[in-house]
Amino acid sequence: MWVGIGSIIMMFAGLTSAYIVKRDQPGWTTFDIPRTFWYSTLAILVSSLTMQMSLKAFKERQMQLYRLVISATLFLGCLFILLQWLSFRQIWKTGITLKGSGAGQFLYVIAGLHAVHVFGGIIALLVTFIRAFGVRKRSYNSIPLEVVTTYWHFVDLLWLYLFIFFLWIH
Amino acid sequence: MSNEAVLQQHGAVITTHGEAHVHHHKETFITKYIFSQDHKMICKQFLITGMIWAILGGLMSVLFRLQLGYPDSTFPFLEDVFGKWAKGGKIQPEFYYALVTMHGTVLVFFVLTGGLSGTFANFLIPLQCGARDMASPFLNMLSYWFFFMASIVIFSSLFQETGPASGGWTVYPPLSALGDANEGSKAGMDFWIIGMALFVVSSLLGGLNYITTILNMRTKGMSMTRLPLTIWALFFTAILGVLSFPVLLSGLILLLFDRHFGTSFYLSDIFIASTGRALSNEGGSAILFQHLFWFLGHPEVYIIILPAMGLVSEVMAVNSRKPIFGYMAMVGSLFAIAVLAFLVWAHHMFVTGLNPLLGSVFVLLTLLIAVPSAIKVFNWLTTLWRGNIRFTPGMLFAIAFVSLFISGGLTGIFLGNSTLDIHLHDTYFVVAHFHIVMGVSAFFGMFCGVYHWFPKMFGRYLNNTMSYIHFWVTFMGAYLIFWPMHYEGLAGMPRRYVEYENWLSFHQFGDLNRFISTVAMVVFSVQLMFVFNFFYSIFKGRKVTTMNPWGANTLEWTAPIRPGHGNWIGEIPEVHRWAYDYGKDGREFIPQTEPIGPNESVH
Repeated sequence: MWVGIGSIIMMFAGLTSAYIVKRDQPGWTTFDIPRTFWYSTLAILVSSLTMQMSLKAFKERQMQLYRLVISATLFLGCLFILLQWLSFRQIWKTGITLKGSGAGQFLYVIAGLHAVHVFGGIIALLVTFIRAFGVRKRSYNSIPLEVVTTYWHFVDLLWLYLFIFFLWIH
Repeated sequence: MSNEAVLQQHGAVITTHGEAHVHHHKETFITKYIFSQDHKMICKQFLITGMIWAILGGLMSVLFRLQLGYPDSTFPFLEDVFGKWAKGGKIQPEFYYALVTMHGTVLVFFVLTGGLSGTFANFLIPLQCGARDMASPFLNMLSYWFFFMASIVIFSSLFQETGPASGGWTVYPPLSALGDANEGSKAGMDFWIIGMALFVVSSLLGGLNYITTILNMRTKGMSMTRLPLTIWALFFTAILGVLSFPVLLSGLILLLFDRHFGTSFYLSDIFIASTGRALSNEGGSAILFQHLFWFLGHPEVYIIILPAMGLVSEVMAVNSRKPIFGYMAMVGSLFAIAVLAFLVWAHHMFVTGLNPLLGSVFVLLTLLIAVPSAIKVFNWLTTLWRGNIRFTPGMLFAIAFVSLFISGGLTGIFLGNSTLDIHLHDTYFVVAHFHIVMGVSAFFGMFCGVYHWFPKMFGRYLNNTMSYIHFWVTFMGAYLIFWPMHYEGLAGMPRRYVEYENWLSFHQFGDLNRFISTVAMVVFSVQLMFVFNFFYSIFKGRKVTTMNPWGANTLEWTAPIRPGHGNWIGEIPEVHRWAYDYGKDGREFIPQTEPIGPNESVH
């Protein structure tokens, strides 16, 4: 898992450094950060918190609480993707489409790839969610949940990095 | 994931395997040979897929050597086979360019990355670390099947009407991004990108597994400093792969967006002659792609050469009947090469208008690689020095590897210099350099590994006569093919050109080119003989009768002659010493499993 995270970091490091190189080229255009990005950031930060709570609850065998917070995490994760989509649409409407050159196109690719990674996390969460409510099999092994938690924190931190990157580099 | 959790989980895996082995777990044909999760079978799958690719890639080189060696002749049979690509029995320029592109792609990625580290990492890591299998046999199986899918995609691109990707294996935009500019940049390029994306996934899954297995699944007593050098080399290879391939993937994703969605990452306002109009893109930078590509591309050459170095170190120590000279220096230099690999990529870009100051930094870092390389060469030579050498085919290939690595490495010092590079870049000098130092050398490392571990893989020996013929012809051929190319390159002959008809100054090389082409065909036919030997010996070779035919110390020779899934019957062996106790205290070799005796001297 950690090695995998390392390789994902390298991919985004490649993309953001490409952004920095490309910024000095002629014909660079920028865009305004839409307000919805702040909301989505908030959503994913809170989801990280609930994810951590769910791990704690699972380890303490508080199954009721665990089910509640894991559902909340799943909901917040979906909300994040939705908000990202809305932000994309907002930027798209201001006339920045894929035909062009500048920060907007990088944003689509970088944030889009990030959303794909979050989506992968959501699928993992969904599996965990179904297991949490399944009655037939009971598992007390916390390792799968730990892996999902690590990954979820990672995509959260990754978005935080990307968001700060986009804000700061403007 | 906490460390105890990992260990606990592995404990569970091991016991299930142990039980399964006792009960002779049933394997159908499909689970044993096709969707196998046994690392030894996955190794063979990688090896044989790699061999098929090597034949295809080699055949491509024979075809374009035919054109280069005999530019005035026509070969009507080529038109029968390739149709419009070889109109009138002459290889067309587009076809030629597609051939060199696919030759590079296939050999660099599918043979020397997938085929080489895929084979030996899968085979040796569990066996030499003392593990029942990889950390995740399932991911390991997926790794092979992603590799297979990538192979299928690239292979089918060869049958496109517009041909496969052509524009060099480095697929530099803008050429690769503009379908109007080049036949091969149409559908062939998309296939190339998709195939490479699958390949990246495969190598990531594999690399993850290799690293995890080496770190977590070594047997009792096997500390990191007791590992054979093969494992160290494969470990650094996997780290390089995991860190560099994702950067290539991001570069390719941007390329895909430029090709199909109208973005301007690499494209700017270019005027295309064939359509007679200018592009609407603006502000893109083709140099950006080169940075992203070579950030992978340079580590990639070490991904290719490090496993070969590891295999050679091991085979050399075993067959010199001497401990490897300077074990820690070998590990340290592997580490140094792995670090430097990430700091030298711009030496591929000296003539792109790179800032000369930046260029000088990259010259310094590039030439620094000579230091760990020289340490390794010195240690190999001192391992051979006064050794009791057994010239087995594997050993011959190992010694020849060192020879080729020296010859190819020395020309690297010329090329690593940004001022000399102004004259030498994109000439046959570059072709000669990288073919000797990483192409042929890595192949020799691979042959050395195949000859040495074939008895362990298949429980039979290869035919020795054919092996020696294969060795001598290939070794002499390699020098005869690539040595003259240095002269052509120094004279300024550019590479990737289909013919030099209008270039009077290169007419002097006509005979030389014909000579190179002839040798290339001879060497290629000898490789076919090796392939025959390989498959013949799997079924009809002389049987291995002892568990340790080479008298080697490492753990794989303590397993049964044909190990089942799980490798060892009963307990996993425990390790008491390093892997290189040869010729110690009057004994020829002392296996790693033997406890340290009371009166034993320290090594």
